[in-house]
Amino acid sequence: MDFTIQNNKDTRSGFGEGLLEAGRRNPKVVAFCADLTGSLKMGDFAKEFPKRFFQTGIAEANMINMAAGMALSGFVPFTGTFAAFSTGRVYDQIRQSVAYSNKNVKIAASHAGVTLGEDGATHQILEDIGMMKMLPNMTVIVPCDFNQTKNATIAAAEYEGPVYLRFGRPKVPNFTPVDEKFVIGKAQMLQEGTDVTIFACGHLVWKAVQALPILKEMGINAELINIHTIKPLDMDAVLKSVGKTRCVVTAEEHQRNGGLGDSIAQVLALNMPCPMEMVAVNDVFGQSGTPDELLKAYHLDTPDIVEAVKKVVARKQ
Amino acid sequence: MIINELERIASQVRRDIIRMVHGCQSGHPGGSLGATDIVTALYFDQMQIDPANFRMDGNGEDMFFLSNGHISPMFYSILARRGYFPVKELATFRRLGTRLQGHPTTAEGLPGVRIASGSLGQGLSVAVGAAQAKRLNGDKHLVFVLMGDGEQEEGQIWEAAMYAPAKGVDNLVAIIDYNKKQIDGPTDEVLNLGDLRAKYEAFGWNVLEMSGNNMQAVVNTLKFARGNAFQGAPQLILAHTEMGFGVDFMMGTHKWHGSAPNDEQAANALSQLQETLGDY
Repeated sequence: MDFTIQNNKDTRSGFGEGLLEAGRRNPKVVAFCADLTGSLKMGDFAKEFPKRFFQTGIAEANMINMAAGMALSGFVPFTGTFAAFSTGRVYDQIRQSVAYSNKNVKIAASHAGVTLGEDGATHQILEDIGMMKMLPNMTVIVPCDFNQTKNATIAAAEYEGPVYLRFGRPKVPNFTPVDEKFVIGKAQMLQEGTDVTIFACGHLVWKAVQALPILKEMGINAELINIHTIKPLDMDAVLKSVGKTRCVVTAEEHQRNGGLGDSIAQVLALNMPCPMEMVAVNDVFGQSGTPDELLKAYHLDTPDIVEAVKKVVARKQ
Repeated sequence: MIINELERIASQVRRDIIRMVHGCQSGHPGGSLGATDIVTALYFDQMQIDPANFRMDGNGEDMFFLSNGHISPMFYSILARRGYFPVKELATFRRLGTRLQGHPTTAEGLPGVRIASGSLGQGLSVAVGAAQAKRLNGDKHLVFVLMGDGEQEEGQIWEAAMYAPAKGVDNLVAIIDYNKKQIDGPTDEVLNLGDLRAKYEAFGWNVLEMSGNNMQAVVNTLKFARGNAFQGAPQLILAHTEMGFGVDFMMGTHKWHGSAPNDEQAANALSQLQETLGDY
């Protein structure tokens, strides 16, 4: 993988472009938004397809169920609000009318994690991956940069079934290929290695990319895999890699409970127990601050990944 | 269909309800009996539907959503009697492996059900979404939704109640089964609903009222509502019903909201309900 930074862009803008493209490709794509059109970058879709855009006001429960009702007739509805209000606030609506009823609703969840920044813990949801992956029928996607979020959005529109699509607010390095076909459930190999496997998702993928040269200097040849689809998890890719490296670090902007690390740990405990370290938030809420400050404060930064790798490699020996 | 025929069907539906709930010793007979006339009139007379060719998308036909999913025995009986699935399947209600789950679901593929319900407050929103889909499709059919009156205590109801008139969703007819009772007692005591008519009117709905256990009144009101459609506002029918209607000892109390009759009580109830279409 070429890690050249093409530009710095927010993943939510990738969603906005992806939604517009999906809308152009399929006239059945419709969008709902609960008073966060600007934040979710849904304005271009709303402008180009005014009849297919539904401003719901600040009423997320109504939005989720209206989307489910509209999906019945063959439409492909996206709902847009912050991740905090896309999950916990509407869990029962999603559970009964989207997941259990298996409706073709795409839940687009922005501003996930601590990198939402200054708004603080009320808005910095760190439990959403867990809540969503526990629901049968639900697919959970956490793309890592602008290009991948755009391509994941297009893929979600083409996929039949409930999808939770998680992305964020800050501008981050955009490095995955433009217009690379996003394959749901297929892990993305970013760098092959032999000593340790780093599984990362979302914003922490780039933090892990930055760890690679540091580890190399230390004589550690790390494999880096982007698990952009938390569910269904690409078990084959996980087991193939860990079969080679025999130790694992996971990195995510989410609680340790219920997140990517939890999913990987389950696969490994059942199939291939081995030393593992988790870079994640450990059972605390977030707080106000800049995204960079918060990533450092909650030990979600490149040095934290490096430390976790050193620790797990030592445990292996 | 003539009123007398609808009443005969409703009698059989009420027998089915008693027999289903008695058969598995669980379920919700009170609300089921009270709402029977409304949904019988919808499915056997007022809705334009094609039961033999059930389509999940509901395109080109009227659609019905049951928001208060606990009155599933009534819904299942009417769907079966209308031809969506075999009547004999009613005997499997709430039993392991059944398509007739305690609360309606699409998970088992039962024809006639388009979305799960049971957790209250969601059906009105679903119906608004389906109605908007019809508008996008240029489909001139209507969407009906039945809600409980206790269900009006759910906050989400009022999100949808605010949305539908604001967005001119005028192909929607919502009905409240206004029996004034819920699990813990009279709605007036549990949480007074206040003036529902005034509340919905203030939100911008066109509100109708009917005697929900008088078949002629139900048919007339539903016809009137169809005539009022596509005039800019959604419609809300306050259906004054009696929980347990048709079985004397189940009326005038909230005690049969979610309790099954024993053998003696079931026999007593069935003696009050004429078998018109043949028991399953």
